[in-house]
Amino acid sequence: MGTLLFLGQTLRIAIPYLFAAAGGAIAERAGIVSLTLEGFMLGGAFGAVIGSFYTESAWMGMLCGALVGLLLGAVHAVASIRYRADQIVVGVALNLFVVGATRFFLQLAFDSSSNSPRVAGFGGEGASGNAGAFLANPLIWLGIAVIPALAWLVGRTTFGLRVRAVGEHPVAAQSVGVPVTRVRYAAVLLSGLFASLGGVYLALDQHQFTDSMTAGRGFIALAAVIFGRWDPKRAGIACLLFAAAETLQIRLQAAQLIPSQFVAMIPYLLTIVAVAGVVGRSTPPAALGKAE
Amino acid sequence: MSSRASWRETFAEEAIAPLVALGIALVVGDLLILAYGQAPGDVWRTLVEGTWGNAYGFGQVLYKATTLTCTGLAVALSLRAGLFNIGAEGQLAMGGLAAALVGLALPASTPLAIAAALATFAALVGGGAVGAVPGWLKSRFGAHEVIVTIMLNFIVLALLNWFVSARLHVPETLHTPSIRAGALPRIAEWFSAFHGSAANASLFLVAVAVAVVSWALFRTRAGYELRAVGLQPDAAEYAGVKVGRVWTRAMIVGGALAGLGGINFVLGYKGYYEDGFSGGAGFLGIAVALVGRNHPVGVVLAALFFATLSQGGLAINATVPKQMVEVLQGVVILAVAASVPEVRRILRQSVRGR
Repeated sequence: MGTLLFLGQTLRIAIPYLFAAAGGAIAERAGIVSLTLEGFMLGGAFGAVIGSFYTESAWMGMLCGALVGLLLGAVHAVASIRYRADQIVVGVALNLFVVGATRFFLQLAFDSSSNSPRVAGFGGEGASGNAGAFLANPLIWLGIAVIPALAWLVGRTTFGLRVRAVGEHPVAAQSVGVPVTRVRYAAVLLSGLFASLGGVYLALDQHQFTDSMTAGRGFIALAAVIFGRWDPKRAGIACLLFAAAETLQIRLQAAQLIPSQFVAMIPYLLTIVAVAGVVGRSTPPAALGKAE
Repeated sequence: MSSRASWRETFAEEAIAPLVALGIALVVGDLLILAYGQAPGDVWRTLVEGTWGNAYGFGQVLYKATTLTCTGLAVALSLRAGLFNIGAEGQLAMGGLAAALVGLALPASTPLAIAAALATFAALVGGGAVGAVPGWLKSRFGAHEVIVTIMLNFIVLALLNWFVSARLHVPETLHTPSIRAGALPRIAEWFSAFHGSAANASLFLVAVAVAVVSWALFRTRAGYELRAVGLQPDAAEYAGVKVGRVWTRAMIVGGALAGLGGINFVLGYKGYYEDGFSGGAGFLGIAVALVGRNHPVGVVLAALFFATLSQGGLAINATVPKQMVEVLQGVVILAVAASVPEVRRILRQSVRGR
């Protein structure tokens, strides 16, 4: 029973990472730097709460959150692809923009600087301990499915092959007739969609939006993508690993064995070690971040 | 093409994008203000009057611009070497803590000049040490500095949070005790109109740093090498420049400049280190460097601009939520980033068409 609870808690923590990591992996495999995951998630969370508040339906909330994700993905894509803006800067700008915009519209819609009222979500009151509510949440199942689905998409379909070609050698891809620009647009839109669902899950699980509620999860997901060497399956495993470390930390909190801050560092430390190539070098797609 | 004409063209190339961005931001701001049912003209007027219209507001702008100049320089200098330093947030925080530690360790009787100099040096070293990590990992292992600096921010901030909360905080708060030596005087001590504003003598130290960076970047051999590496690392390597060493050095100096920003809060304003004092100034440094086109003078102007926005948000908060300026910051950065390559392309085309 204890093991089961541990796994359940790990999965709950991992779901937003899995969504966002899927978003990060698809964009970066197509050669577009994905520092926007945090912004996509936060936008998705806010969209979900707005949708759920005005329609009183969690499903409509999910739809609205996903739409916000697509919209932000479109902004990212147009700025990075059409206008060839520096993708790192675009990421930083969009993240700032979303934090500000969600705060502004939180004030406008609910006259609050900290949180929205309670809205319809998935799972009943105190969903955390309730296995039935946990299993009834469609986003849990979507989150479990998203990584295998992405692995299939990237590894086994024509579109996936094109995404990889565009991310490794766009000129070569272009010369054999791959529509490079269109593939990149599609990848970034999918990235916005996937990552926003991570935020949707958070908001509908907690039945409300709170200021900056994603709290850096987008960057942990990015760390998982890099630590997972840009491979969807490995990135998914990294998400589960990071979530397990967090669960363990929550469990051990009472015991005060190690300060929580040190556990929180684990994903970032592992990622630095991975890019430095100390154990099995992590190499990005060759054309990552290059506009041409 | 005479050198004067090319100077003018370069200036146009660099200045058009920020101006376009300003225009877009004004339009977006109008829309947000209208969404809140207010008159745009009145809100903009309040924003300008609350920042540049009185000594207190202007002092606050100067205070905020001081930190942003440091983080902006940190990003700009590294970018001149071809490296993207996203780590200014952590470098700034570490600089602040280092300054506070020195201020706490020195006896209260230490003369101000010595205490301030030591604490400032500590801020430079603290920030530089954080900058050295990605610099070294880049030149030694080829680790991408963007990834390393992003991840390092979280590590450094967590480490500082642990250190302050576990070792050094005043109970019920997340800040250290007040420093015993090295507190810098406020501008208000000389000009009473600035009373209440946080602007302080750090301003002058940072102005010196701007001058030194300009000189070093454009008038010294090291600066020339740095820029050469940034433009064409392979060509620089071939010409005998040790690229890896330049990268490491650029990240250390960049980190030190961001760390210097820490004295503005710690020595000049509060007199202690507080967890989270950096409050996004490191990330905004990216915006400052971008809008300032990586030139020290541009960085100062851009820092003043973003400081005005940030202080202006407080001035208009009674009518429109101050978060409006956060949206505008994002819009400005996005618009500059998107229009720089576009402007360059259009200008080049028109030159060719002539």
